[in-house]
Amino acid sequence: MTKPVNPRGTPIKEAEAVGIEFPVVGKARYNYTTGEALGVFLAGLKQGRILGTVCKRCGRVFVPPRMYCSYCFRPVDGWVEARDEGVVVTAVASYIEATRARAEKARVVGVIKLEVPGYKFDDHFFPGIMHYICVDDEAVKSMGIFGMRVRARWRPVEQRVGSITDIECFEPAGP
Amino acid sequence: MSRNINFKHRVAVVGAGMTLFRRRLLETPQELAWLAAKQALEEAGLALKDIDCVVIGSAPDAFDGVHMKGEYLADGAGGWHKPVVRVYVGGATGVFTPIAGWWHVASGLCRKALVVAEEKMSHAAKPHPQYVFRYIWDPIVEKPLNPNLIWIFAMEMHRYMYKCGVKKEDIALVSVKNKRNACGHPSAQLCDPNITVDDVLKSEVLVWPVQRLDVSPVSDGAAALVLADEAEARRITDTPVWIKGIGFTLDTTHWTNRDLAYPEYVRRAAEMAYRMAGIDNPRKQIDVAEPYDPFDYKELHHMEGLGLAKKCEAPILTREGVTQRDGDLPINPSGGLLGVGNPIAAAGLMKVAEIFWQLRGEAGARQVKKPVYTGLAQAWGDLMQAGTVIVLGI
Repeated sequence: MTKPVNPRGTPIKEAEAVGIEFPVVGKARYNYTTGEALGVFLAGLKQGRILGTVCKRCGRVFVPPRMYCSYCFRPVDGWVEARDEGVVVTAVASYIEATRARAEKARVVGVIKLEVPGYKFDDHFFPGIMHYICVDDEAVKSMGIFGMRVRARWRPVEQRVGSITDIECFEPAGP
Repeated sequence: MSRNINFKHRVAVVGAGMTLFRRRLLETPQELAWLAAKQALEEAGLALKDIDCVVIGSAPDAFDGVHMKGEYLADGAGGWHKPVVRVYVGGATGVFTPIAGWWHVASGLCRKALVVAEEKMSHAAKPHPQYVFRYIWDPIVEKPLNPNLIWIFAMEMHRYMYKCGVKKEDIALVSVKNKRNACGHPSAQLCDPNITVDDVLKSEVLVWPVQRLDVSPVSDGAAALVLADEAEARRITDTPVWIKGIGFTLDTTHWTNRDLAYPEYVRRAAEMAYRMAGIDNPRKQIDVAEPYDPFDYKELHHMEGLGLAKKCEAPILTREGVTQRDGDLPINPSGGLLGVGNPIAAAGLMKVAEIFWQLRGEAGARQVKKPVYTGLAQAWGDLMQAGTVIVLGI
């Protein structure tokens, strides 16, 4: 005898589903507060700067910034400016949208480990952000993108609104 | 030797049940919960009046489309006029639910607890259940980039491939093994006895390196367990399966600041469970395991986090056949999420039920070849954060 014995349930096809359709929450929208640390971060992006916070007790640099050090559980000691340049620690090529629909063209996205003058970071904890990377999807498939040096491509000043999208993407910075 | 001495009661699993797992089931979430709970009670030879406490597990409310899902499910889960709690840690919920059931009984609060997990992803129909996952991302720095959930898995998978030098062919072997294993499971959604590595590698590319057959499906389903303290368990059955160890940890949501190649969140949960169960060499002491496999690489990743393989060794063990049902360390003999299906919380609890049936020798067509005395189930969830581990033994 194989357990479970005779598991129940009635499979149906989507076309057969007689259901009640209801919109998620009508036209309601969330309005997220930025918080203290990310508020400063977003204002920095508008000026073309990537800001982080530092905890002097453990030496960690937080990008995106936090107002407290989660490790020492104390307030951070202040702000540092990261370079808008770093290396790719992982990247993927997306052929689908958030809705699961096929995308018109591949979009490369990854995690960029940023440089902060005066600090060194290992692979286990580092200032890093997720963003688009303006390279061909072949660079992802060949894995050549790992360790690639990239630099932020900023939107023109007049188009910046104080959002992570003030950076259009990161693009190869050369050796 | 077990160091599980600080708890008032030993806790046993005495019954399990589950529904079919399918892309879309007619039953409502409450009905699914009832079908699974009723089967578990019948297997234990109990009625609802015998149950002292009910523990419910379910992932985001947004899937079923019902807020206060715990309260909603309570009716079908037998949880009215009784202490009831609903727990939730994303994908890790399915294994966290019996962990919460364990502390209800181990503490002496309840003598018999009913543990029920349910998910109905098909309700989140338009545009696609995947879309619901956009609310897990950070609203300030991530959501404006319009992410799809699969991005984060693809990033973790690719980093793992890069760090360990693993090829997609090696990872696809997991999907092939699990979808074939699922043919022995009466609830399975995606049994495919003839699937090959080539099929996986030729399936639709979603987010490179993730292709469609690397991923578990969208599913509806429910699963349930009955837990009892030692005195009750011995009255109910001659073959109780003991919960020997439990472990659960959470990492922070700041996943872009850490290396994704190794699942620290699993290692810490496993260490907690092993300490309680008196396990110091998991590779030798765990006879059969059900690590969480929503994606094929995740099985490998989690085997390493669980100490069932050394870092970067899991693909080698898989290639050598060690993880097959007749291998030295059978991994996901149920067919896992890739084969049986992935109604999120129910899928995790299905894994615990599988270890229960394996240790009782009741898995029939799926029974592993070697004799098994100690088994493990594990789940993972959220932004590469939550690890939940349970060790069962006879």
